[in-house]
Amino acid sequence: MNNKLYTLFFFLVVMFTASIVQAAQPIKVGALFAVTGPASFLGEPERNAAQMVVDEINRAGGIKGRPVKLIIYDTQGDATRAVQAATRLIRQDKVTAIIGPSTTGDTMAIIPLVEKARIPLVSCAAGIKITEPVKSWVFKTAQNDSLAVTKIYEHLQKRKINKVAILTVSDSFGSSGREQLKFNASRYRIQVISDDTYGPKDTDMTPQLTKIRNSGAQALICWGTNPGPAIIARNVKQLGISLPVYMSHGVSSKKFIELAGDASEGITLPSGRVLVADLLPSSDTQKKSLLSFISTYQKHFKKEGDHFGGHAWDAMMLVKSAIERGGDSPSAIRSQLEKTRNFAGIGGVFTFTPNDHSGLAKDAFVLVKVKGKDWTLVR
Amino acid sequence: MDIGSLAANGFSWYMMQHQSAQGDSTSALTLSSVKAVSMNFSHQIVQYLLSGFSTGAIYSLIGLGFAIIYNSTGIINFAQGEFVMLGGMLTYFFLTVAGIPLFASIILSVIIATATGVIFERLAIRPLRNATPLSLVIITIGGSIFIRGIAMLVWGKDTHAIPMFSGTEPLFLAGATILPQHLWIFGITILIIVINKLYFYYSISGKAMRACSYNRNAASLVGIDVRRMVLFSFAISSAMGSVAGMIAAPLTMTSYDVGVMLGLKGFCAAIIGGMSSGIGTVLGGLILGVLESLGAGLLSSGYKDAIAFIILLLILFIRPRGIFRKAETERV
Repeated sequence: MNNKLYTLFFFLVVMFTASIVQAAQPIKVGALFAVTGPASFLGEPERNAAQMVVDEINRAGGIKGRPVKLIIYDTQGDATRAVQAATRLIRQDKVTAIIGPSTTGDTMAIIPLVEKARIPLVSCAAGIKITEPVKSWVFKTAQNDSLAVTKIYEHLQKRKINKVAILTVSDSFGSSGREQLKFNASRYRIQVISDDTYGPKDTDMTPQLTKIRNSGAQALICWGTNPGPAIIARNVKQLGISLPVYMSHGVSSKKFIELAGDASEGITLPSGRVLVADLLPSSDTQKKSLLSFISTYQKHFKKEGDHFGGHAWDAMMLVKSAIERGGDSPSAIRSQLEKTRNFAGIGGVFTFTPNDHSGLAKDAFVLVKVKGKDWTLVR
Repeated sequence: MDIGSLAANGFSWYMMQHQSAQGDSTSALTLSSVKAVSMNFSHQIVQYLLSGFSTGAIYSLIGLGFAIIYNSTGIINFAQGEFVMLGGMLTYFFLTVAGIPLFASIILSVIIATATGVIFERLAIRPLRNATPLSLVIITIGGSIFIRGIAMLVWGKDTHAIPMFSGTEPLFLAGATILPQHLWIFGITILIIVINKLYFYYSISGKAMRACSYNRNAASLVGIDVRRMVLFSFAISSAMGSVAGMIAAPLTMTSYDVGVMLGLKGFCAAIIGGMSSGIGTVLGGLILGVLESLGAGLLSSGYKDAIAFIILLLILFIRPRGIFRKAETERV
């Protein structure tokens, strides 16, 4: 009798634990970021933000009671490694969706893989060719460079400036910016009368700026990521150039002001709203997400969250809400992602459609200006 | 990339400017407008030259570090760039993080960078005395990766700025503008070159080091402690590199990986100067800096780094003993 009871009890316990295991089967999401290497300024905050979102989701009980397991690989900004890591995520780890990679090069390299394996990919890179033409399994969260260029050109048009000098860094970020600056200029009746570049490791840009000073340009647009633009800001001050200076969203963090010091005063640049979250009117749809992102990031990493981390936050949250609505099969996630409407994230308000997998309009950017060593909103 | 084509390009550029000036002032071309344009052009050239000299001075100091170690050991120390990085990063650390005044930070940084150079020689070079120069060169590359890695772990991957030594108000000089920091760079570079010269020609240990560079075996036969001289050369080179790093850092900023490119440029300067630990390398650095700056200003800024490496390759092919060194007879 006793024996039978024990057996029954044992059986129940086994059943019970098995059902817990069944329920707690984690949802596996893959992540590819350039955590080290030349693009680590993107990959590191992205990895932090993605891990942070997943920790917060799991702490709150997971998605529909199931925990999320984030499997992160470092691509080092190298397309070959990105392909290897993506293959591993798909074949061995059997993930249900992938977020990242950080750079356009890495993303373009793995697109054929995810398309073939039919796994949804939400990239954190900005390149316009990722979602144009539309690929059915590929989405992205970073704003197109062309949106940033448009924002600057509209402002120039308002100030009746039509001759600009551009100074771009000779890496993929700079050359994409240069392409967009030249491509969009004629639409705003702007003439690029001086077109120069500098190397990502250059330490003195006075030769290029001396040339620009004498070119008759009415404004200078510089496209790069730290530290180049900070050196340019200082060189501009050294040469006494009084042209209005515009920079790209590549330097939209406090770090730029810290590096350029006084020379950053008066520089205008397009940026995601995360930089000026506390200055936004409370009617702004993104304000709630932005403040929660900033305070959570501050809590986890004792650092200010930037818009690069925001790309990963958006990617993970988009995947999460897709799973909540349609379940965790890759094809369900894909079709739910495509049905995302007015999702207020960090990079902007996302609305995906079958013809638009980048989901953002030009209001994803605001123009900010450095004043008194802090950012102010340009209206 | 010879001087002729450079000048030709400069001239055609000048003509272009000239024509555009003509187009703007719709009236007939007046003498004064030509004058204004050519004035402008000469101001530009002065600016290019000054920028070139200041970057060139940094390249010279780094190049001298390469040359001194090469002369006493026969190896190229590819970790030289890392001492430049250490100079900048240590100064940043003491000044901004630890809050020590500028002058004390500089002294402390030089001491620590020199100590690193000495430890590097002790741990990585001396135990392998009988190794071939090639394997020692490879070891220095490993050492540079190691030092860079440690710096990345300690200070992170961010770029850091150091305040200028004396203000940020630009000074005007013959139509060009420079910063007080440029004067510091010129002054300190000249000072170091003079001290360097005095040391090598008038002090016993300097003379002993020169003896080692001519013939190590003979030097050791006359009682010179060659190993000690090698240690000295590492100490001097790392001190010099770190000074170059800290006087440049207020202008160029600093991060854990600045040493790679600066090291290569310094190496290039030393090659132009024929690995002499004197004026040849200094001129090599200045030539390189000026050509880069003129190239970026008059030709195309995209070719700036290419200029350095084309010069490096040309010299290695055509005049491997450097531009300034006279042919030497091979001792048998």
